[in-house]
Amino acid sequence: MSRLFVPLLILAAALFAAAPFVVANAPFEETMGLVQKVFYYHVPSAMMMFVSAFVCGIASAIYLFRRSAVADRIAQAAGEMVVLFGLIVLVTGPLWARKAWGVWWEWDARLTSSLLLWMIFLGYLLVRRFGGPGSEKLAGAMALFGMANVPFVYVSVNYWRTLHPKTSVVMTLAPGMRAAFWFSVAAFVILYVLLLTLRKRLEDRQATVEQIYLALEE
Amino acid sequence: MKRLVLVIALIALLPDAVIHAQQPPPSPTVQEEFVPVSALPQAEQLPAAPLLIAAYAFVWVALMVYVWSLWRRLSRLERDLADLQRRVPKL
Amino acid sequence: MTQFLRVAWVVMRKDLTIEMRSREIVYTTVFFAASCVLVFAFALVREGRPLEDAAAGILWISIAFAGTLGLGRTFERERHTETLRALMLAPSDRPAIYVGKLMGMLVLLAIVEAVLVPMVGLLFHAPVFARPLWLAALLAAGTLGFASVGTLFAAMLVRARSRDVLLPVLLYPITIPVIIAGVRGTAALFQATPDEPMARFWAALLVFFDVVFVTLSLWTFEPLMTE
Repeated sequence: MSRLFVPLLILAAALFAAAPFVVANAPFEETMGLVQKVFYYHVPSAMMMFVSAFVCGIASAIYLFRRSAVADRIAQAAGEMVVLFGLIVLVTGPLWARKAWGVWWEWDARLTSSLLLWMIFLGYLLVRRFGGPGSEKLAGAMALFGMANVPFVYVSVNYWRTLHPKTSVVMTLAPGMRAAFWFSVAAFVILYVLLLTLRKRLEDRQATVEQIYLALEE
Repeated sequence: MKRLVLVIALIALLPDAVIHAQQPPPSPTVQEEFVPVSALPQAEQLPAAPLLIAAYAFVWVALMVYVWSLWRRLSRLERDLADLQRRVPKL
Repeated sequence: MTQFLRVAWVVMRKDLTIEMRSREIVYTTVFFAASCVLVFAFALVREGRPLEDAAAGILWISIAFAGTLGLGRTFERERHTETLRALMLAPSDRPAIYVGKLMGMLVLLAIVEAVLVPMVGLLFHAPVFARPLWLAALLAAGTLGFASVGTLFAAMLVRARSRDVLLPVLLYPITIPVIIAGVRGTAALFQATPDEPMARFWAALLVFFDVVFVTLSLWTFEPLMTE
């Protein structure tokens, strides 16, 4: 991973530098016009939020059942990613909704469940920070419940009456939009991998420092 | 290494700033006759550009703040590590 | 299997026996739940009459608050006498201990609900006896969902710092879907003509939540409680 880091970083920078041009050249959506272009950042962020919730949940399960310290560090990093990308989703969404729906927020199934998912992982971070010794396990349980929540968030929009677009939208995009969208997704995926790696590296350093402190005390 | 990351991040930001400084493309529908504001379709009544720019700006700001916080924590850790490595030979 | 059930039964009987001696948690939790209902009733009064559709929401919010309080108090008692560690040392199936604690919690919440439901019916003119079986089903399924997650987290938090404030912080985001489903189903039943298909839909969703939550809790209880 360390050898790939700088090339991936340059690639991510190139993709994000090109993204505004790609998005500007994408065709306008019929009913929403310009503001629909938030879609190209909003949906990839949501995808990364869900992916990260799964990464955190699976890593937490490995930590709980195999006692793997590395899995615990990945879980911590992924937990922060969920909160970060979730924050992006929860801010860009209302900015789009203000124009498209006329309101900033609506208590429908998709928005409510997304907010709750975000809060579950915010609770995850709070527990890890303020829970005291042994809080990693409790946080792991939180992450598992959070991961179980993700499929519910995803399908909620298909089964309840809501203003939010359904999940079929992504698979039925117009060709011009499709290219721009998957371009954005690629950029966000690489960004996600980079940030996750950086954050995990931070955790590794933290663990090393703590080990040295412990060794010094002996 | 850190400086390289910072330079690349700044380069990635530049074209973004250029694009957002430009005028947004004109609305696809052209008015043929006088239409009172209340009769306009919902889409015409709120300017979309500020919302779009705010959304993209927020994404950048959030990512930058996060990267900066990672940087800060990493620097503190490396300071601690250097400090510890100085103490270890003294034992 | 019978061994599992026997351990769970013994744990539950132990909790209830201890509780019956002083009845401290039951009295205080029921009183707290009743005060919640009163506070909401006064807060949502207009021209001397409470809001029409508030009954379902107030009922479930009071159950959630009382449940959080009861969970905290029950496990505080465990922490105080270090009995939880003693339980963990016993050579029995860990999930059985969890089920025993959960059943004890369900009994407590059932007592709370037995008091709250008539009270809500009285104060808000809600037709609580129109479809009693459906209402009981909704309450049972919702309480099980809430209590299953609550028991798991409260047991884990016994040894943690800031446990009093962390329990709501962790519990509510996960159990709010349960509360929402309970409120919607109950509101459907409290309408002038009770909407049974709607109540059935929400009850089915609650059962789905219950299955997921209980399964996850049983699965994670052992690794969480072992050092």
